[in-house]
Amino acid sequence: MKLLTFRGGVYLKGRKGLSKSSPIQPIELPEFVYLPLSQHTGSPSKPIIKKKDEVKVGEKIAESGGKLSVPLHSPVNGVYKGTQLYPHPLGGMSIAMKIHVDPEKTEPWERVKREVDSLSTDEIVEIIKECGIVGMGGAAFPTFFKLRIPPDKKIKDLIINGVECEPYLTSDYRLMMEKSDDIFKGIDIIRRVLKPDRVWIATESNKMDAADNMRESCASYPWASIVVLPTKYPQGSEKQLISAITGREVPEGGLPFDAGAYVQNVGTALAIYEAVNFGKPLYERVVTVTGSVRNPSNFLVPIGTPFDYLIEKAGGVVGKEGKIINGGPMMGIAQVRREAPVIKGSTGILIQNEKEVLKGEVGPCIRCASCVDVCPINLLPTEIYKVVELNDYERAEKMGVLSCIECGNCSYVCPAGIPLTQQFKVAKNEIQKRRK
Amino acid sequence: MLQLTPAPHISSGTNTKKIMYSVILALTPALIGSVYFFGWRALFLTILSVLSAEVTEYLFQKVTGRESRISNGSAVITGILLAFNISVNSPWWLPVAGSIFAIFVAKQVFGGLGYNIFNPALAGRAFLMASWPSLMTGRWIAPNSGTLSGLSSITLDGVTQATPLSLLKLHQGESVIQSLNSPGMLKALFFGNVGGCIGETSALLLLIGALYLFIKGYADWRISVGYIGSIFIFSGILYLFRVSPVNPLFHILAGGVMLGGLFMATDLVTSPVTRKGRWIFGFGGGIICVLIRLWGGYPEGVSYSILLMNMFVPLLDRMAPKVYGGLK
Repeated sequence: MKLLTFRGGVYLKGRKGLSKSSPIQPIELPEFVYLPLSQHTGSPSKPIIKKKDEVKVGEKIAESGGKLSVPLHSPVNGVYKGTQLYPHPLGGMSIAMKIHVDPEKTEPWERVKREVDSLSTDEIVEIIKECGIVGMGGAAFPTFFKLRIPPDKKIKDLIINGVECEPYLTSDYRLMMEKSDDIFKGIDIIRRVLKPDRVWIATESNKMDAADNMRESCASYPWASIVVLPTKYPQGSEKQLISAITGREVPEGGLPFDAGAYVQNVGTALAIYEAVNFGKPLYERVVTVTGSVRNPSNFLVPIGTPFDYLIEKAGGVVGKEGKIINGGPMMGIAQVRREAPVIKGSTGILIQNEKEVLKGEVGPCIRCASCVDVCPINLLPTEIYKVVELNDYERAEKMGVLSCIECGNCSYVCPAGIPLTQQFKVAKNEIQKRRK
Repeated sequence: MLQLTPAPHISSGTNTKKIMYSVILALTPALIGSVYFFGWRALFLTILSVLSAEVTEYLFQKVTGRESRISNGSAVITGILLAFNISVNSPWWLPVAGSIFAIFVAKQVFGGLGYNIFNPALAGRAFLMASWPSLMTGRWIAPNSGTLSGLSSITLDGVTQATPLSLLKLHQGESVIQSLNSPGMLKALFFGNVGGCIGETSALLLLIGALYLFIKGYADWRISVGYIGSIFIFSGILYLFRVSPVNPLFHILAGGVMLGGLFMATDLVTSPVTRKGRWIFGFGGGIICVLIRLWGGYPEGVSYSILLMNMFVPLLDRMAPKVYGGLK
């Protein structure tokens, strides 16, 4: 049998053992939550409540702000304190809704009872939109939008992404260990919407127990198959996962449906199940808090919870604080401020102590071409880097820089410590800007 | 204070220094072999060559106000390779002159590590060949444990005064050719019991070092297989058609094919970055080498074949592979 994998890639130390065995646990509520209006790809949500309004958990507090946008719901019972500029975990400051948590009020969100089988496809997609569901693997792309496949496109392969290829992170792993039945119910809903020929649940060989657990739940769903891929980064990237499983490539500038494929994260499948079956909006998620903390953990966290609060809950930093990263070590974003909040796309918080932080010494490129070997997109990073350095963005574009998925592999392997990925991000931004 | 460098936040741990020192380590078996075959003077000349390379690099960086990078070991490699390319019977200043040229003209003037077009050691060797041809070709001595030609029985006139490759160029007599094709000859060439440059004689010791680099991923075997393989195939075809008098094994074991194909063609800086480019680079170099050996003015063609291919690298680097999802 052909080995299911993709081109390039690197073998990373998983470091998942730190938090792997810690079950998903709810946390005590913080005093305040801060909800950036920009929780997802697309236009930010628009607040629909007034300052000092009382809010209930799961209540809609902001409506979708455009075609590509979803509503936002309160993750807690409390009082709305208005909007303010607040650190955004993806960088910079942004407008956030501040809610004062009322610890006295402990009622959970109001479940609705639905006859799922009688819902039409459009109704399902509308519920998913109204519940504010976005991709939970990190990209936070509004799910309802993704589910609206152009009528001329046929989804052959629905792939459920349980790969979690970033080192350290274990939130998807824990979901597959603890919520496999519900995940399958969610997958079934996606399947009803997309009507794919095949359904794959993909994970990696470093999560065998999760695969086994999923396989058990899978027994009642004959249309699904579990695939365990050899562990390699960035297998969880949509394009790489599609080519690993189907052997097809998403055409340049195209979307997965152009390759007859659709990828959705396991966490999103669970959120879809909870939204469609009980009307639960996306207001909390599993976040791995790991790295140099005393008790690496997987918490069920209301969105808007500040990072520093979660780090405290995980026992605090071990050693001298170096970096706080939103996400994994390969693509995550180092935080300027400790109090940045969890958003819908926050998969984990990685803490590096001072000793673990890379020194960042840069030398000249010795043309070893390691970057060429590991690029999953088949670019020539070292060559593109040279033209980007000369600000020759036109040439960089011709060399395919826009196809860069920013996985970080080139920087990771570079013996000269050149920040290749970072330069490509800059180049991509520059090219997009010039197009406008 | 939180630190803010961009993603990724971890690295593979490989750095330039590590790669360079691994190459030095990989050259060590051949260096030890050279002492065994040619005595302590081989080590003396190598050290002299390394010191000259390092001092030249240091002075250049000092004078031009650049950051000093002499500790990364790249100049050490150039020094060793340059010494490996001369006879042990050379005057002490020969490797010094070669190394100074290699580092100053071929490397630093082009912008230093990573920017040079030609392999510095090979450029240094070409400079010495052009400046002191008699010292570079007429000073061979026999190894401690064998003879200059690698043959024990031949006492034809002048024959003992030539290396195997010179024999091929100068004496095409039937008996000489027969002995060049003999198993004893091949054995001597494989183990290194033969006259030649300081570091090039033992194919075995060079292969051991190169294997280490291939496993580490610090040299691409495609270049070596392409280079040595094409010499084998091309000279083999010519041997079958009786154009080349000696068998292909002789061609790949004699002279600098192993040293060049394993350690100089694979120089990261001066070889292509794509796999396809590397195959072409190696293959092209091998063809040129055989052409020079059989029809050129020199007995050996390794260094010029690699230097010529070095010039094609920018062109080969333009052959970008198909990008994911691309149509090309």
